[in-house]
Amino acid sequence: MDLSLVLHIMVAAVAAGTPFVFAALGELVTEKSGVLNLGVEGMMLVGAITGFIAMAKSGSLLLAVVSGMAAGAAMAAVFGVLTLTLMANQVASGLALTIFGMGLSAFLGLDYTSFALPGVAELHLPLLSDLPVIGPLLFSYDVLVYSSVVLFVAVSWFLYKTRAGLLLRGIGEAPESAHALGYNVIGIRYLAVLFGGAMAGLGGVYLSVAYTPVWVEGMVAGRGWVSLALVVFATWRPLRVMAGAYLFGGITIAQFHVQGFGIEIPSQLLSMLPYIATIIVLVVISRDQQTIRLNSPASLGKTYHPENQ
Amino acid sequence: MRDAVLIKIEPRPEPSRVMRYCSPLLAALLMLISGLIIFTLLGKNPVEAFHAFFVEPINDFYGLGELCIKASPLMLIGTGLAVGFRASIWNIGAEGQLAIGALCGGAVAVYFNQSSSGFILPAMISAGAVGGMLWASIPALLRTKFNANEILVSLMLNYVAILLLAMLVHGPLRDPDGYGFPQSVLFGESATLPIMIEGTRLHVGVLLSLAGVVAGWVFLEKSFTGYQIRVAGGAGRAATYAGFEYNRLIWIGLLAGGLAAGVAGVMEIAGPIGQLLPSVSPGYGYAAIIVAFVGRLHPGGIFLASLLMALLYLGGESGQMNLDLPSAVTGIFQGLLLFYLLAADFLVNYRIRTKSSQQEGN
Repeated sequence: MDLSLVLHIMVAAVAAGTPFVFAALGELVTEKSGVLNLGVEGMMLVGAITGFIAMAKSGSLLLAVVSGMAAGAAMAAVFGVLTLTLMANQVASGLALTIFGMGLSAFLGLDYTSFALPGVAELHLPLLSDLPVIGPLLFSYDVLVYSSVVLFVAVSWFLYKTRAGLLLRGIGEAPESAHALGYNVIGIRYLAVLFGGAMAGLGGVYLSVAYTPVWVEGMVAGRGWVSLALVVFATWRPLRVMAGAYLFGGITIAQFHVQGFGIEIPSQLLSMLPYIATIIVLVVISRDQQTIRLNSPASLGKTYHPENQ
Repeated sequence: MRDAVLIKIEPRPEPSRVMRYCSPLLAALLMLISGLIIFTLLGKNPVEAFHAFFVEPINDFYGLGELCIKASPLMLIGTGLAVGFRASIWNIGAEGQLAIGALCGGAVAVYFNQSSSGFILPAMISAGAVGGMLWASIPALLRTKFNANEILVSLMLNYVAILLLAMLVHGPLRDPDGYGFPQSVLFGESATLPIMIEGTRLHVGVLLSLAGVVAGWVFLEKSFTGYQIRVAGGAGRAATYAGFEYNRLIWIGLLAGGLAAGVAGVMEIAGPIGQLLPSVSPGYGYAAIIVAFVGRLHPGGIFLASLLMALLYLGGESGQMNLDLPSAVTGIFQGLLLFYLLAADFLVNYRIRTKSSQQEGN
């Protein structure tokens, strides 16, 4: 294999991994607060179509990003009302969010089926983009890919270097204690849920506007669920989320390259790869129950309300 | 001094039994009201649209038959899923288990295409049942052996199953005389479920689904394992159940869903479809999750909820034909129904009190 092909594959893996970066980092923050939102797939779908329509109508990437994030956050707000205010079961509510998102995005996208957008151009950075090897590898992406890296830095910094991040993690571990100290547990959880929704929406926008800028019903194709698995795989650590996202990006694009080598495999078999890889990764990680128990937020998925205690 | 109306939310000492039964009705009512609003927003006359969506599909004999055909897989799968859901085992993989059931049953039908033996249908249904259970045993095995989350594993397997079905229908199961279309041969009479009432498409599979619902009821409400499942789903399951006991319930919960979905898959291809296609279900596996919840995880309730969900499917088709309503509205209604149910369940555990009280004014 020559160097340019390796480079090409790595660059493609980063692009393919970027939706996972957005969605999984958002879900990471939500889960760190102790809330399990299984509706990532639904929020990504609604974010994807909203951003797609905004882009098609206005041609403005900024508007697409903002409206996709707002749509994801709006979906998350519904989840928040159900689970945080009305204390509904988080698993059932997350599933409801995904089912609703599948229906809503199909409905909103009716007039846009197979409609194509021009896509988002890569940023050309003077000097940097022209460097050999490093240039294409690090400086050949669109603005959204760079934003996802900024998001990673921001989330890591927030969670581990700020007081607010410490509080968020504390609420995920022991909401009763945080409440006893006078913190508004429900309010902070709402913020974490909304952030998760906005990031899932942004992941959807990246998919529909930049990565494959054609609207196809259900185009998120399980990436929301893979993102949920990535958070477990990363044992709730941002750096591992990044690594996992690009690994899965690589697996996603591997199917195209295997065919490129002239190997005769049915395309459906190759399309199964990311899903099977997710299962394998889950099994490998989950075997070590000790690590999972130590790293998962202690109150994850449990309903909490101060008036209940 | 002034009068103020206080709205106070307080936990009920006991969950309300009345609200447990009322909240699905309330949810259905709220969904209908939302429907009227959505129809209006789409620029349709709400009364006309309501009629086209909820009345027209079932105002004749044929329509009622269609309702039963659509409700049949939903009630069967919903009952199977309820076995797991009651013990907090979340099988989200019914859509894939249905596809594998259809694939296994369909393979039998294709292989014995020339035969007119009366054993073909039972063999297809058995193959579908085994296939669905095998597919469901993957998340069960990975959960019990490796502690892998059954929600994510069963969900991932949906995509794998649907791709597997598509691959085989494009390949070995394709009709050699079908001009290359990805579909199997049309099943012969011996591989098709008999029609019960002339002039409808109502097939005997509906009776099998009803039998499945009754069997589910007996198992859940009358058997000792059913009792264990109820206990395990309650609050202190870790305290009550030793690991190996709970593992047994994980297997039972997942296999029940796989069995039901696998059989439902066969009934789709041996019933209304009549051959294997790359896609055999309009999301029944996901809709059945809603059916199970709206039916309160009780087979009787699931039966009623399956009729409502079936009507949503029919309404989507009818609204599209008669009023040019997009059929994707069905998915929105399904999601809204579950949202409203989860919200209304708040009233099972809490009550809202308004009381007039004397308060110090300022």
